[in-house]
Amino acid sequence: MGIIKARKLVHEYIRRDEEGNVESIQTALDKVDLDVHAGEFIAILGHNGSGKSTLAKHINAILEPSEGSLWVDGYDVSDDKNIWDVRQTAGMVFQNPDNQIIASVVEEDVGFGPENIGVPTDEIWERVEESLKAVGMLKYRTHSPNKLSGGQKQRVAIAGVMAMQPKCIVLDEPTAMLDPNGRKDVLRAVHKLNREKGVTIILITHYMEEVVDADRVYVMDQGHVVMQGVPRDIFSQVESLKEYRLDVPQITLLAHELKKAGLDIPEGILTREELTEALVRVCQ
Amino acid sequence: MLRDITLGQYYPADSPIHKLDPRVKLLGTLLYIISLFIFKGYVAFVLAAVFLIAVIKISKVPFSYMVKGLKAIVILMIITGLFNLFLTPGTEIWRWWIFRITKEGAQNAVLMLFRLTFLIIGTSVMTLTTTPNQLTDGLEKSLHPLNKIHIPVHEISMMMSIALRFIPILIEETDKIMKAQMARGADFENGNLIKKAKAMIPLLVPLFVSAFRRANDLAMAMEARCYRGGEGRTKMKPLHYQKRDYIAYVIVSLYLIAMIALRIVWNTFVVPAA
Repeated sequence: MGIIKARKLVHEYIRRDEEGNVESIQTALDKVDLDVHAGEFIAILGHNGSGKSTLAKHINAILEPSEGSLWVDGYDVSDDKNIWDVRQTAGMVFQNPDNQIIASVVEEDVGFGPENIGVPTDEIWERVEESLKAVGMLKYRTHSPNKLSGGQKQRVAIAGVMAMQPKCIVLDEPTAMLDPNGRKDVLRAVHKLNREKGVTIILITHYMEEVVDADRVYVMDQGHVVMQGVPRDIFSQVESLKEYRLDVPQITLLAHELKKAGLDIPEGILTREELTEALVRVCQ
Repeated sequence: MLRDITLGQYYPADSPIHKLDPRVKLLGTLLYIISLFIFKGYVAFVLAAVFLIAVIKISKVPFSYMVKGLKAIVILMIITGLFNLFLTPGTEIWRWWIFRITKEGAQNAVLMLFRLTFLIIGTSVMTLTTTPNQLTDGLEKSLHPLNKIHIPVHEISMMMSIALRFIPILIEETDKIMKAQMARGADFENGNLIKKAKAMIPLLVPLFVSAFRRANDLAMAMEARCYRGGEGRTKMKPLHYQKRDYIAYVIVSLYLIAMIALRIVWNTFVVPAA
C-alpha cells in the first residue's frame, strides 16, 4: 500500500455569520484522489487558489477532510487519536521561513521536533547533527536564525522536520519567498534527502522548473486534480497547461513553438541539452 | 536605524561564571541582592564589594560593560541620594534656608548609592554571562514547583523564548513599514506629541496585523512538529547541576552567612558602644 492514499477527498471552507448561520461554502478540494508510494518524489502544481495548500495541510492533519478519506502510512487522518502519529510520519515545511523557526539558535530549533515527541537527550543531539549535515547547514549550528539568508533558514526548517525522522515530507511552496540561489540550494537539499535517505517528498509549488526532476506530477485547478503523470507527459501538453495558468519552462515553450512552426522535434523537451540534441538531429 | 537595538546583553566569553547553571546564577543574584539590604557597617560593605569584584574578574567581562547598566539609573540614583541626604532626621551638620543635612542623612545617602550601584552591577553580571535562552530555561526549571498550583510555567517560558526570537523580526518589520509609509509621505519626525502619536497609527496597524499573521503561522508550524505543551517533552539541553554549580552554591552561602554574622556582630558590639 502506498504511503499516502486519498479517496474522494473533499474540503469545504465554511464561512459563518455572527449567528453561526452558513454564509457561504467554498469548496477547496473536490473529490481528490491521490496515491503516493514510499520513496517517490511527487510534485503538485497549481495556480493560486487551486487547492494545493489545502491538500498539503490534510496530509499533516492540520485540516480535517469534510468528506472522503485520507490515509497516511495506514493512519486515517480523520481519526483524532491518530493525529500525532500522522504528524510524525508526514513532516511539513511551510512557505515563510521566518514563521516556522521557533528557537533563537539553529541547533535548538532543529531539536524542537524531537523534544516534542520525547526523544532522549543523547539521541536528540545525534539527530540534530545528522539532519543539519543532510541539508548542509552543520557549520551554522550555533548561529542565530535571524542572521541567515532565506534559503538557509528554509534548509534549517527542513532539518527541523528531518530530525523527527518522518517517512514523508510535505513542502508547501518552500521556495516562494526565496531568491534564485536560495531556491536552488533548497531544492538540491530536498532531492538529496529523497535520493539518499529514501524520504518520500511531496513538493507543492507553482514554479514549473522545480518539478522537472520529480517522479510524478499532479496538476490541480479549482480543487480538482486535472492532470497527472510523469513530467515529460505533463509538459508535452503545453496548451492545457497554459489553460490552467501555469508557466511552462522556457525551454519547453521554445521547443513547442518550434514544433508548431514546422520543425520535427518531439514534445515535452525539458532541458537545454535535449533541445540541442533534437535540433542537431533536425539539421542532419 | 531600529536595527541597531541589541537585545539582551550577553557578552560571550569562556569563563567559569558563563558555564554555571543558570539556576545558580538566578538564585545567587537574588541572595546577593538580599545581602546588600541586610548589611550594616563598613566591614560588610567592603566584603560585598570584594565579592562583586572577584566575580567580575572571574567572569572575564570588561568592567566598562558593567558600568553601562548604571547609566540608565543615574537619575534614580541622584533622586534617592538627595532624598536620603536632606530628609533623614538626626544630628544637624549643615543648614541653608530650608535645606539641612544631617550626619545620618549623609551616611544613608552614601550607603544607598553604593547599594544601588552594587545591585545594578550584580544583576548585570548575571545578564552579561547568561544567554536569554538559558535564563528562560533556568526560570522554567526553578519555578517548576509552581505547576502544582496551576501556574503554566512551561507555557510562560515558551512564550518568553518565542518573544525573544521574534523581537528582532518585528523590529525589522517596523523598519520596513516605516520606510514604506515614509515613501508615501508619512511624517514620523515633525510636529508636537499628539501629531507624532497620530503618525504612529499607520505604523502600528499593519504591524499588529502582520504579528497576528505570524503568530497564526507559527502556531501551525509548531503543531505540525508535534508540539502539545510541556507534558512528555524531553530536553535537548537539560539542566544538570555539576560540581562547579555546587561549589558556587557553597561560596554564595558562605558569603551570605558572613554578611549575616557581620550584621549580628555590628548590632551587638558596635552600635551599643556608639
